[in-house]
Amino acid sequence: MTIEQRAQSFLSVLRHCQLLGMTVEQADENGLVIKLPYSDLIIGNPVTGVVHGGAITTLMDTCCGISTVCYLDEFEICPTLDLRIDYMHPAEPGAPIFGFAECYRVTPTVIFTRGVAYQQSREEPLAHVVGTFMRMGKGTIDSQQVPAASGGTA
Amino acid sequence: MNEHIEQLVRDAHESGDYMPLIAEIPYARMLGIRVMRLGEEMIFHLPIKADNIGNPMLPALHGGVLAGFMEQAAMLHLMTSMHSQTFPKIIDFSVDYLRAGLSRDTYATCQVWRQGRRVGNVAITAWQTRSEEPVATARAHFKLD
Repeated sequence: MTIEQRAQSFLSVLRHCQLLGMTVEQADENGLVIKLPYSDLIIGNPVTGVVHGGAITTLMDTCCGISTVCYLDEFEICPTLDLRIDYMHPAEPGAPIFGFAECYRVTPTVIFTRGVAYQQSREEPLAHVVGTFMRMGKGTIDSQQVPAASGGTA
Repeated sequence: MNEHIEQLVRDAHESGDYMPLIAEIPYARMLGIRVMRLGEEMIFHLPIKADNIGNPMLPALHGGVLAGFMEQAAMLHLMTSMHSQTFPKIIDFSVDYLRAGLSRDTYATCQVWRQGRRVGNVAITAWQTRSEEPVATARAHFKLD
């Protein structure tokens, strides 16, 4: 299976993500892009039609979590330890939101991920995100393989 | 702000019943968020619902759903404590997942640690079985108008 196929099969089993209509747009060794279409379900402000932060959190938790398949040779269950989102500006109502995530450090115990949520361009993020994930499976990956190694060790 | 929503906010502050307001927030309605008032305390309730599941194998509540529930709880709590007429805008949100959020009813309470003129800081605790054993804690900053 290619990285993109693995990402797609991961996303396809997540029921809440299916409800929101999320799809894998791109997945390779550099990271993952997931699309969240605009819909009435995810409106947080009924006056302005602006998407609820929770829907963006869901997009980014999913995106950061699935980005682990870009770096791990075999599927592992990686629950979220923590996630932080900083909002640069509200999403434009009516347009889809994209999430991009990459793993910037993989250790035998944890995986550090970061990403952005954006609409027009990845260069103009709606939100910046960092998330840490726990590795529950066997620590098989050689952390030296991961580019741009930085951050803490665990 | 839309007059209908404005009226719902005023009614909610007056009666202490926030369910009609929650019913007008599509995202909160989709998750199925409820709120209970115990005196001045507010306890937010997320009844279990198949559509809120992430991984059906475990089965577990989607981490994003739990976070969205906590963010919505914080926003409503802040509106209530400030008697605010408008929805506070989220600035940042940080969540720690402490235990697996199983396929069970989830509850949340909030604490406003700081309410300045422009920014409010809210801490949120979510639990399923006992409040002393949270499944997640979070904190959020909101911009106040």
